[in-house]
Amino acid sequence: MGKWGLSIVKEMGHMFIFLMNSLYTIFKPPFKISLLLRQIRFLGNKSLLVILLTGAFTGMVLALQLFYILRKFGSVALLGPGIALSLIRELGPVLCALMITGRAGSALTAEIGMMRISEQIDALTAMALNPIRYLIVPNIVAAIIVFPLLTGIYDVIGIYGGYLVGVKLLGISSGTYYSLMKDYVDMEDILIGFYKSISFGIIVSWICCYKGFYTGYGAAGVSKATTEAVVMSSISILVWDYFLGSFFV
Amino acid sequence: MIKHIIGLLIPDKGSVVIDGEDITILDASELDRIREKLGVLFQSGALFDSLTVYGNVAFQLREKTKMAKGEIRDRTMQALEDVGLKGMGNKYPAELSGGMKKRAGLARALIAEPAIVLFDEPTTGLDPIISRSIHRLIRATHEKYQYAAVIISHEVPGIFEISDKVAMLYNGMIEEYGTPEEIVNSSNPVIKQFITGSLEGPIESLA
Repeated sequence: MGKWGLSIVKEMGHMFIFLMNSLYTIFKPPFKISLLLRQIRFLGNKSLLVILLTGAFTGMVLALQLFYILRKFGSVALLGPGIALSLIRELGPVLCALMITGRAGSALTAEIGMMRISEQIDALTAMALNPIRYLIVPNIVAAIIVFPLLTGIYDVIGIYGGYLVGVKLLGISSGTYYSLMKDYVDMEDILIGFYKSISFGIIVSWICCYKGFYTGYGAAGVSKATTEAVVMSSISILVWDYFLGSFFV
Repeated sequence: MIKHIIGLLIPDKGSVVIDGEDITILDASELDRIREKLGVLFQSGALFDSLTVYGNVAFQLREKTKMAKGEIRDRTMQALEDVGLKGMGNKYPAELSGGMKKRAGLARALIAEPAIVLFDEPTTGLDPIISRSIHRLIRATHEKYQYAAVIISHEVPGIFEISDKVAMLYNGMIEEYGTPEEIVNSSNPVIKQFITGSLEGPIESLA
């Protein structure tokens, strides 16, 4: 038990130093703009289709469920703001981050892990080049840029999906759906979603890069690292979301 | 052992001295200064698989020098020609055979004209003919680029053909050090057993 606790503390310390080292390197020139663009494409492009699909269906399911509940309370008119608020404050950032983790985060861990076991990371170090600058920093910065953008797309598609079900299927007037949304959704709600998505971007890229960078031996090591990265990122997203939520309410 | 020499691992005991400096006590930036003197050919080649062969060889010049494009091109082409990969610059590492990967790795190690080049088992996994051609290539580039070569190899006695001095390691210690002739004619039972590959002798075989 003591040994187990000690190894957890050690791992956490190791991860923290890795993050601090990466954040420090972000602000130290030379900057690798072309690598950053490549990673933005890697994270964004890979996840876009998944985000569009899951976003639309989240909005549609939300409309069905909220309609059922709101009808019991006799306030069906609040469907629009209900969907918008749940998506923007909560579901958008969280589900979007989970989808990106599954789609691109796992690929990221596997790619960096492969570079580790084929000695490519050692080769960079042997050339007196900092592997953190080449492999980790572009991913963290790309995630900080990509996560809010994809979350924005997710929210918009989700609200439109809710519109399709609520207005076209369940017969709420389209005027009510959108106009009440404007009244109930404040800038603060949008900012909370924005901050959440940025912090999720840092968490996911941090964990996925770390797991790949310090992967175990051989193909089995990379597959274990990939699984761990996805599981740990997903749990961290939800736990961190709770703490942020309790902080902002 | 290569990882100790370039400071990727820190030894439990002892020191690594390069040009009179103990690298085990240096900090990161001083270590990088030492690494500038070194070129490394890794066992697997360790080519960056997202870059072409040309991109791999030119990488250090592009990232670390302010050299003009044309000059980088000339030097890279020359290095590729020196290792026998003329015209292969556009290929990706995944398209190369084992021997060609080693050649490309050697070109990448030589491009910055290091004073010392470290070879981590340069012929592991290659057939005897290709192994021999890699050995010849190491000797030829050594004469052209004037570097000191440190070769870690199990290729005994093939490697003797190109070596000036040989150190035989056993149980983490240098068992014998000398010219290839001295090693071959050694009366030390450990050395004798290793060179002949005999199962009888002081070295235990667990296989």
